[in-house]
Amino acid sequence: MRHPILTFLLLLCTVGVPSCRGGRSQNDVIVAGSTSIQPFADKWAEVFMEKRPNLGVSVQGGGSSAGIQACKSGACQIGMSSRELKADEKDLREIVIARDGLAIIVHPSNPVRGATLSQVKQIFSGDLTNWKYLGGPDKEITVVTREEGSGTRGAFQELVMGKTRIFRGAITEDSNGTVREIVANDPHSIGFISLGLVNEQVRALALDGVEGSEASIRAGRYRLVRPFLFLTKGEPTGAARAFIDFVLSEEGQALVKKEGLIPVK
Amino acid sequence: MNRLERKDRLVRLALLVVAFSAVSILAVITVFMFEQGTPIIFKYGVKSFLAGSDWYPSEKSFGLWPMIVGSVYVTFGAMVIGVPFGLACAIVLTEFASKSVRRIIKPVVELLAGIPSVVYGFMGVVILVPFIRETFGGPGLSVLAASIILGIMILPTIISISVDSLQALPPAYREGSVALGATKWQTVRMVLLPAARSGIIASIILGMGRAIGETMATIMIAGNAISVPRSLLAPVRTLTSNIALEMSYATGEHRQALFATGVILFIIIMALNTVANVTSARRRKAKG
Repeated sequence: MRHPILTFLLLLCTVGVPSCRGGRSQNDVIVAGSTSIQPFADKWAEVFMEKRPNLGVSVQGGGSSAGIQACKSGACQIGMSSRELKADEKDLREIVIARDGLAIIVHPSNPVRGATLSQVKQIFSGDLTNWKYLGGPDKEITVVTREEGSGTRGAFQELVMGKTRIFRGAITEDSNGTVREIVANDPHSIGFISLGLVNEQVRALALDGVEGSEASIRAGRYRLVRPFLFLTKGEPTGAARAFIDFVLSEEGQALVKKEGLIPVK
Repeated sequence: MNRLERKDRLVRLALLVVAFSAVSILAVITVFMFEQGTPIIFKYGVKSFLAGSDWYPSEKSFGLWPMIVGSVYVTFGAMVIGVPFGLACAIVLTEFASKSVRRIIKPVVELLAGIPSVVYGFMGVVILVPFIRETFGGPGLSVLAASIILGIMILPTIISISVDSLQALPPAYREGSVALGATKWQTVRMVLLPAARSGIIASIILGMGRAIGETMATIMIAGNAISVPRSLLAPVRTLTSNIALEMSYATGEHRQALFATGVILFIIIMALNTVANVTSARRRKAKG
């Protein structure tokens, strides 16, 4: 009686072990990493495979850090990162495929039109807690941030906060969409999202007097910009090379622009 | 051994394997979670893990205190709202309601249990949160909002188990009490509630388990701030929200710390279930 049960338990345990992938052909390329880049990479892959039906591109998420790791270990040919590489990750080849602005957003009814970067930093560190210090109504500021590990939060931390922590009392949401939704509903809130996702429900603040737009980013005047990176280990070859070339081509970059990102060319 | 006996044994064996598969899944989950979660607790120290108030995984500081307090606050708030309503509903259903009223209310309560939690969360975000923000101030996403929604969500648990334990009481209790001249309310208050006490306590504890474990609705309406809330109107993060919010990007120690959060939650829920089992076992024993 005992043995069949044991066998069953063992079987159950082995089911959980992921099966290993066999050898890959030169014609397939795996792209993995940042979930901020993933939707765009999906679009590129779709169009690319229509044009080059003999090549396959599979896009996976996992986050910037996971993408960097996977690229280093060779688990994917192209890694995606929506943050700058750290010093110990610099051995990978970086290709900037697009840039994304970060917008500081408030409710459309908020009379405050702009702020300095240091004011934004003070708001998110919890030192500046009332809109009246920015020329707004005498209301407490509701600060909305992203969760730990998010690439957008990582970029905001690096570009605005530096070494200062985002204060603990900030409301935390797990996507650009929910941050926008909350800011759109709360007249006294402030948050940050990707510039391409700003719509009529919210208003982006001018930072140090500069509105976030493609022109101001290209001119280098708007400072909250993060690169979207493709990473390869050494010189890309075969299908990976072809895919990267396509992404950087006029057609690939036009797709970027349509989706609200800033093309690199 | 003849053919029939062999067949009988085979069926018994097959049923046993199926029955044990459920138990073994629990075993696999438990082992996996403890294996993944406990090393980091001991690496940084149990005390700093449980009592630390800084949760900044990117800076290697893992303090779960705000989340533990958050779970306790929200659950307690849900009890304050859910228990009186649930108990009142159970009493009405068993003692005061006519058959036709019962026939309407009972299925409605059961339907309440079938509504997915994301729907509760959505209602909270769309109706309750703006209401709280406009009436009481603050961001609206708060301990209060989470308590109210969770209080509603645990109603079916509390009602159905309390109804069962009230109905299980021998009719002689009611008859004897009425024969002594007690009114209906006196009967409920002095005879039935004390007699069904252990069942009612079990229903409350199971409701607590549901409230602590709820994730989707809490993420949507509690605001998920990592600080210990200073008022009912402040945002709060629970243990379950912490795992669900951050798991998608977590790697390395951050990921282990989320498993550790799961371990803490597991221990809390196990403790609650044990208490519930002990009280209901006592009830069965008392009944003989």
